[in-house]
Amino acid sequence: MPRPLLLDNARIVDPSRGIDSHGAVVISDGRIVAAGPEAANQGSPEGWEVFDCGGKAILPGLVDMRVFVGEPGAEHLETLETASRAAAAGGVTTMVTMPDTDPIIDDPALVDFILRRAHHSALVNIHPMAAISKGLHGDELSEFGLLKDAGAVAFSEGRKSLRSAQVMRNALTYARDFDALIVHHTEDADLASAGVMNAGEIATRLGLPGIPQEAETIVLERDLQLARLTRGNYHAAQLSCEASLNAMRRAKQSGLGVTAGAAIAHLSLNEGDIGSYRTFFKMSPPLRSEEQRQAMVAGLADGTLDIVVSAHDPQDVEGKRRPFAEAADGAVGLETLLAVALRLVHSGEVGLMRLVDAMSTRPAALLGLPGGTLKPGALADLAIVDLDEPWVVTEGALHSRSKNTCFEGARLSGRVKRTLVAGKTVYPYAHAEGRAT
Amino acid sequence: MTGVPPFPHQHLLGIEGLSPLEIGALLDLAEEEIAVSRQIEKKKQTLRGRTQINLFFEASTRTQSSFELAGKRLGADVMNMAVAVSSVKKGETLIDTAMTLNAMRPDILVVRHHSAGAVELLAQKVECSVINAGDGAHEHPTQALLDALTIRRHKGSLQGLKVAICGDIRHSRVARSNIILLQAMGAQIRLIAPSTLLPTAIERFGVEIYNDMRKGLADVDVVMMLRLQRERMTAAYVPSIREYFRYYGLDEEKLALAAPGALVMHPGPMNRGVEIDPLVADGPQSVIREQVEMGVAVRMAVLEALAQHLPNR
Repeated sequence: MPRPLLLDNARIVDPSRGIDSHGAVVISDGRIVAAGPEAANQGSPEGWEVFDCGGKAILPGLVDMRVFVGEPGAEHLETLETASRAAAAGGVTTMVTMPDTDPIIDDPALVDFILRRAHHSALVNIHPMAAISKGLHGDELSEFGLLKDAGAVAFSEGRKSLRSAQVMRNALTYARDFDALIVHHTEDADLASAGVMNAGEIATRLGLPGIPQEAETIVLERDLQLARLTRGNYHAAQLSCEASLNAMRRAKQSGLGVTAGAAIAHLSLNEGDIGSYRTFFKMSPPLRSEEQRQAMVAGLADGTLDIVVSAHDPQDVEGKRRPFAEAADGAVGLETLLAVALRLVHSGEVGLMRLVDAMSTRPAALLGLPGGTLKPGALADLAIVDLDEPWVVTEGALHSRSKNTCFEGARLSGRVKRTLVAGKTVYPYAHAEGRAT
Repeated sequence: MTGVPPFPHQHLLGIEGLSPLEIGALLDLAEEEIAVSRQIEKKKQTLRGRTQINLFFEASTRTQSSFELAGKRLGADVMNMAVAVSSVKKGETLIDTAMTLNAMRPDILVVRHHSAGAVELLAQKVECSVINAGDGAHEHPTQALLDALTIRRHKGSLQGLKVAICGDIRHSRVARSNIILLQAMGAQIRLIAPSTLLPTAIERFGVEIYNDMRKGLADVDVVMMLRLQRERMTAAYVPSIREYFRYYGLDEEKLALAAPGALVMHPGPMNRGVEIDPLVADGPQSVIREQVEMGVAVRMAVLEALAQHLPNR
């Protein structure tokens, strides 16, 4: 059995207990024994491994609720292993993978496949979401009960939106009986059909067809009404505009237990970043205006946006080096998620506690997963982070197999120094070789 | 002959980015090229020994033959490559095609593509000069230049003119390039279209917008008509040809509302009876056929201007 570990002289940030203070973390047998100011006073008994954090922060490991991986079916883009390496480097200790792979995750055997592959190859915890509808066709429901028993943590159509209100109604109703969560990408397929970026002046100048915000809000409003009708568990996967936030605010104020997430891109970038047809900034939902981005940040600060995700979506050169309208959507983000989000903390727009809550504590609670906390007894999933260390993102240094980052050359402040999963160091990798097979 | 003016661009990807001086200089040079095309010996030597490849991912008889003739009159060896959509679907990407062509060492590539930004992307990957012959709904710079040349020859100057651009602005690269060019040269632009055929936020382009063609045409000096594609009916932009023609087709009665001697223009190919009455298309105010002649002249001017940047010169 490994020796107990004392992470001393750290800033302990634990939203699950409202702690942000100088202290220490004691880990034994893969679990947290103590974390906080009181843990610092225990000394370091004989035989303990002691690590001086030098005042750096210890956060519960991030729980990223929206990760697209190429395994199975597109391993050249990303495997569970390569994604998990990127995650570990980014302080993400739990990734939730999306079901729109090849084959689509709509069968208990495939959930089992993901879990087994993850167990053998991944450095961090991996939990799959399964498809809401069989084959993502949007008509027949997948087997929520069997899939959940197999280990699916929630149900989603991935990048797709359910067209039929009736199917969504039944999905919400049926999922309630299994206490299952429906996670939905809200985009009207008709309104968004030809569009490739946010509708507006920039799209018109570039001669690109636009996607209006209403493509998002119409489906979101529909879903919220159906959540009210069915009392089902509903989470809007990735919102992008103020009108959606207002819809969420109204729903929450009326007592509906719905939640919403945002991708880090929509909190940190805007449509102007597309510049002259830069396809790395093409995504769904599209990047909106700067005004909308600011509204999104305010929505994160006030809790309207419950969680932040990376929406990590690896694409290769083949998919991205195309004319803008023909290029693939999506950007990688596991590794830069925390550092980019810390910009909002450094600028004073979002408190550190709220941010860690949105990226760790809330998503873990929403999915009923362990993690997201440093409370005694919990598994020791955590990240040691220098909140201020400056660094420059370079494509070549990213650990994801695909390099489609929106942050090439970006100067960020805040870097993960060490990541632990169940008490074992998974980053830097040298410590982790025993587990990566 | 005043000679080729300095032109500090390797490519012509759009009107955006050209200064009014550069536009004026291209038009002046094009005036000289008209004379060449009207000679018995229609030949210059500027591009002798040079290779020009016309790479058209979208079919176009008119623009392609205009570029072909322009290149040949300047002495270039011109090759036409029609890249059907089907061969693109075989898996060869635009970049693959660009790299293949680049290996053949052309001096000038003339490219049309159905996707906005595609020509710029290609220009980043090849070493030769690239001319945008139309990319999606983005730009069609030589069309705007030939339109400007045609107007200038009739009206003397573009400064202060009222120009109405009518029809499917939403899907039109011709409209975008013309708006940018004509505004840069001091003209006032009116856009006339049903709201379904206007792009989002077009009001921010500093143009006047009219949904009533009669009001929009009042006192204009130039009427530019755009082609309405039949697909616009099936995609629910407009209900029918007869309704479109009734409200947005240019007929003699509506044209009478424009200033006396107003020019009637169309980038072609025309849909007679859809956006334009045959009587107007072939009437005394129409300069549509002259536009075609100006097209060759303008393309010769652009080729000569870019030729300055070819190696060994």
